[in-house]
Amino acid sequence: MAAQEALLRVEGLSVRLPSGADRALAVEEVSFELRRGEILCIVGESGSGKSITANTIMGLLPRPYVEPVAGRILFEGRDLLREPEPALRALRGSRIGMIFQEPMTALNPVLRIGEQIAEVFDAHGRLSKKGRRERVRDLLASVGLPDPDNLGDSYPFRLSGGQRQRVMIAMALALEPAILIADEPTTALDVTTQAQILDLIKHLQRERDMGVMFITHDFGVVAEIADRVAVMQFGKIVETGTARQVLNDPQHDYTRRLVGSVPAFEPPPERPRVEGEPILKVEGLQKTYITARGLFTKGRRVSAARDVSFEIRRGETLGLVGESGSGKSTVGRCIVRLLDADGGAIRFREEVDLNSLSGRKLAPYRRHVQMVFQDPYASLNPRRKVGRIIAEGPMAHGASWKEAMARARELLALVRLDPSAAERYPHEFSGGQRQRIGIARALALDPELLVADEPVSALDVSVQAQVLDLLEEIKQRLKLAMLFITHDLRVAAQICDRVAVMQQGQIVEYGDTRRVFAEPQHAYTRSLLAAVPGKEWKIPEVARQAAQKQKESIA
Amino acid sequence: MGRLSYIGRRLIKGLFVLLAIVVLNFFLIRAAPGDPAQVMAGEAGAADEMFIEQLRERFGLDRPLHEQLFIYVKGIVTLDLGWSYRQNQSVASLIWQRLPATLLLTGTAFCIALLCGILMGALAAARVGKWTDTLITALALVFYATPLFWIALMAILLFSVYLGWLPGFGMVTVGAGHSGLAYIGDIAAHLVLPAVTLGLFYMAVYARMTRASMLEVMEMDYVKTAKAKGVAPGRITRRHVLRNALLPVITLAGIQAGQMIGGAVLTETVFAWPGIGRLMFDALLQRDYNLLLGIFFVSSAMVVLFNLITDLVYTFVDPRIEVA
Amino acid sequence: MRDFWKRFSRNKGAVIGLVILFAVIAVALAAPFLYPDSPWRMVQRPFLAPMTVEGFWFGTDTLGRDIGAGLAHGARVSLLVGIVSTAVALLVGVTLGALAGYYGGLLDDALMRFTEFFQTIPNFALAIVLVAIFQPSLTSIVLAIAIVSWPPVARLVRGEFLSLRSREFVQASVVIGQSNLRIILTQILPNAMSSVIVMASLMVATAILLESSLSFLGLGDPNQMSWGYMIGAARTVLRQAWWMSFFPGVAILLTVLALNLVGEGLNDALNPRLARKGR
Repeated sequence: MAAQEALLRVEGLSVRLPSGADRALAVEEVSFELRRGEILCIVGESGSGKSITANTIMGLLPRPYVEPVAGRILFEGRDLLREPEPALRALRGSRIGMIFQEPMTALNPVLRIGEQIAEVFDAHGRLSKKGRRERVRDLLASVGLPDPDNLGDSYPFRLSGGQRQRVMIAMALALEPAILIADEPTTALDVTTQAQILDLIKHLQRERDMGVMFITHDFGVVAEIADRVAVMQFGKIVETGTARQVLNDPQHDYTRRLVGSVPAFEPPPERPRVEGEPILKVEGLQKTYITARGLFTKGRRVSAARDVSFEIRRGETLGLVGESGSGKSTVGRCIVRLLDADGGAIRFREEVDLNSLSGRKLAPYRRHVQMVFQDPYASLNPRRKVGRIIAEGPMAHGASWKEAMARARELLALVRLDPSAAERYPHEFSGGQRQRIGIARALALDPELLVADEPVSALDVSVQAQVLDLLEEIKQRLKLAMLFITHDLRVAAQICDRVAVMQQGQIVEYGDTRRVFAEPQHAYTRSLLAAVPGKEWKIPEVARQAAQKQKESIA
Repeated sequence: MGRLSYIGRRLIKGLFVLLAIVVLNFFLIRAAPGDPAQVMAGEAGAADEMFIEQLRERFGLDRPLHEQLFIYVKGIVTLDLGWSYRQNQSVASLIWQRLPATLLLTGTAFCIALLCGILMGALAAARVGKWTDTLITALALVFYATPLFWIALMAILLFSVYLGWLPGFGMVTVGAGHSGLAYIGDIAAHLVLPAVTLGLFYMAVYARMTRASMLEVMEMDYVKTAKAKGVAPGRITRRHVLRNALLPVITLAGIQAGQMIGGAVLTETVFAWPGIGRLMFDALLQRDYNLLLGIFFVSSAMVVLFNLITDLVYTFVDPRIEVA
Repeated sequence: MRDFWKRFSRNKGAVIGLVILFAVIAVALAAPFLYPDSPWRMVQRPFLAPMTVEGFWFGTDTLGRDIGAGLAHGARVSLLVGIVSTAVALLVGVTLGALAGYYGGLLDDALMRFTEFFQTIPNFALAIVLVAIFQPSLTSIVLAIAIVSWPPVARLVRGEFLSLRSREFVQASVVIGQSNLRIILTQILPNAMSSVIVMASLMVATAILLESSLSFLGLGDPNQMSWGYMIGAARTVLRQAWWMSFFPGVAILLTVLALNLVGEGLNDALNPRLARKGR
């Protein structure tokens, strides 16, 4: 295939951060090119500098705090770093389009959608008013939005996240730019919506022969759409190449470790069957929310969980899988009794129905069912020392300060942190370390069932792997039962023995992980599995080994 | 139809509040030290035995408490707020006479405060960190900290006494006998000092609020989107930033508008402006509690009304409010 | 602690405010030594202009009372009323706000209706009515100001509790079995305190303004010489004796301004995330 012309060429770009940041340069000596008719994926973990690179190209940096200090960005014969602002403004939206990560906040809430799209034409002085109206209609149709004739008169709050992202794409492509920069546009979307948007971008890119610079942290997405890949770490590009090269034969050690940490889509073949009586049996769980209730208004009923039933044994991990709004978090919260289920039973060890207990009667049973939370930055009290945070559980159940603190130190060692961490504050730790502290806290009461609510969703992929390994090891050692709530099917494939798929509050499929993945029965499960990006891609062995070596070095 | 029922619901809530205030008034009279009849008669009327008897009759002060409450509420509903012995007029008619002057004063002060405040706040936010911003922020801080009655006095001293530019007393020039346009001009001249001094405090409040709100909105994602579309900065500020930043300011302004009546008491006292604020001061001097509570009730009613208007305005401005 | 002072002192206005505040407090504390006689005593000829007679730098008022003494003793009244009424308002407001925010549901609804009611009434008018009916005294003034000032605190605390209650570390406390009271006191409240502290300093400022306004209207404690009273008493002789109204007003202005500046500094120091560019 003949090399296509380069639309955009970045040469030796360096961008500095304000003093006090964790490194001097956000982006260091970065060089790459974006060619016509290709999708270039820039991959990296958080803090790798990929977003700042994108923002620099568009000239959207918060100057003077973050400033480019070296390099050139060549586009259509000009160096974007040396062009005056009015010239850059003429390029934005007309020659280079950009879409962002958070569709829910990316549109002005008080302006109609049609007005916001028409604004692109207005800003560049194109078309008459009538012409704009027609073009808006066409654009809305071209991104697959329903009712394009009238949608332009709606306000953003009427649209879902996926729909808003389509509007963003319409706005970015309205003037047929040569380049589209997409900064993590699907990260905040559900897996099925993500698949649709990725398809849309691929389709539009091919149709218009554009160059697309797609920023992501998800290698599955890379496998799905990338033609070429550039991997960033700590502000530098460590590897570039075609997608085939980087995904199947990564050269750089960091790339290998990163790729190796991605959970495979195929569930492992050998999973020993877990025997024994179920320790938790959920029967017909119901939970309904009534929103926006006032003195005179009735409010809307939302059924978060309907007739949910499953069981878990000690030593086994049951995955509760679904998209946002599926009710999986609600079920998790009902089980740890953060919420009161409206109906159904939560039978613990055949002895008692947890749902029927509350207050004082519930207190002694709390210790048996504990939870690990999703957000490592919000799940620890910022004003408490770590040791105290872990010790609070045992103390609430009668342990003395000394006993509880000793246990806290024990647990810190168990989760592979130094026991001296007990004297420090949460903000001194990284996201992965905070999650370990959260796990230690959950284990402090010697629970028999651990509910993990998206425990790794907020972590970078390399850290994810470590925390998942830790959870697996602890589960084996302590013979815990684990309810693992996640939206990430790859993670579910790797660590769940059995899996329950939820859709709109109901369990639509329930069974052995391997069987569900190989032979999904329900239509929703099939569409969910089909939507996982890069599912055909097999993670290369050399990457697996590199990741394994890193995990062992930390242990 | 949705909007109408929304306002209807708000109105009913407002009426409940008014009812609660009436009950509050009722109990306040009885909580005052001394015989309720004497309290209601005020300092002047307490000396008149016959008047006190009339009061006992009228308000049924010998009857059980719940009957008294009923009579009182019935009175309020029929706009009977009592009688002022000293002024020899019904409280309702007194208030009715003086209300327009206060509305003129607070209305003007509100407009000045809102317009100037928003302008200053927007300017400060647009030039954040530069000396314009520092100056405006400092001025706002000082106006916010200045006692209203004192700055009124100082304004009189400066502009009326030393410079002689503006009158500092009353609403019209006594004995001048103006009519038509000259009359309006005369009132306008008298209005300047009181309206500006009353507005200064709130101007500071609105300026700070606008500035903070704009700074917050400027960090929003949709502003970034607008920049990525190549929209010019001025347009971004007007169309995207201001329209969203002003929403909380409008809400605040509406609530404050009612509170301004409190400030009017001080301003009208200092400037001898013939409004209900001044009337309240007179009532205090004369220990005329009936009049005092009557004015209190009316000002609360005004606040309820302003809140209602604010709610209504807000439904037009923010499309997210579900009025259906 | 050191971080706190570093962040606080970065706000130059706040440092100035703190200095002024200390000066006012110092004067208030030293008043009995600087001016041992009661400020009500007539000590010189009336209408004495400032800077004309030694020892009476601020002049005298219509009855020959030393304005300097009035300023010093007035500082005591203002600070006393400001602090005590704020303390009472905080007590009520924090309690009600915490209960409403934590328990939600009907309790929240009821408390919110109650708070809204108080916020609908014009504050100053209510204060006037309360002090007038219960006869002016330090107690009635303090209580009236407290009654008028607690709703915003309750609203703020409720808001903080609502948002903190759904924060994951609070949910974790519930799951590990801590009691409600423990959670409110040890998990939520310490994290809500910083906003309350900032608000408290602003409330003292407002309380001082309210007290001076009440005294100006003649509703001050008749036994206390307060700044507002001094201005009110000098209103009719504004033309002839500008200094009688001027100095007490400046005193109020400086004190309130200082408190506001300190409040902003506290906000920067305690909520570093919120301190954005171009404070």
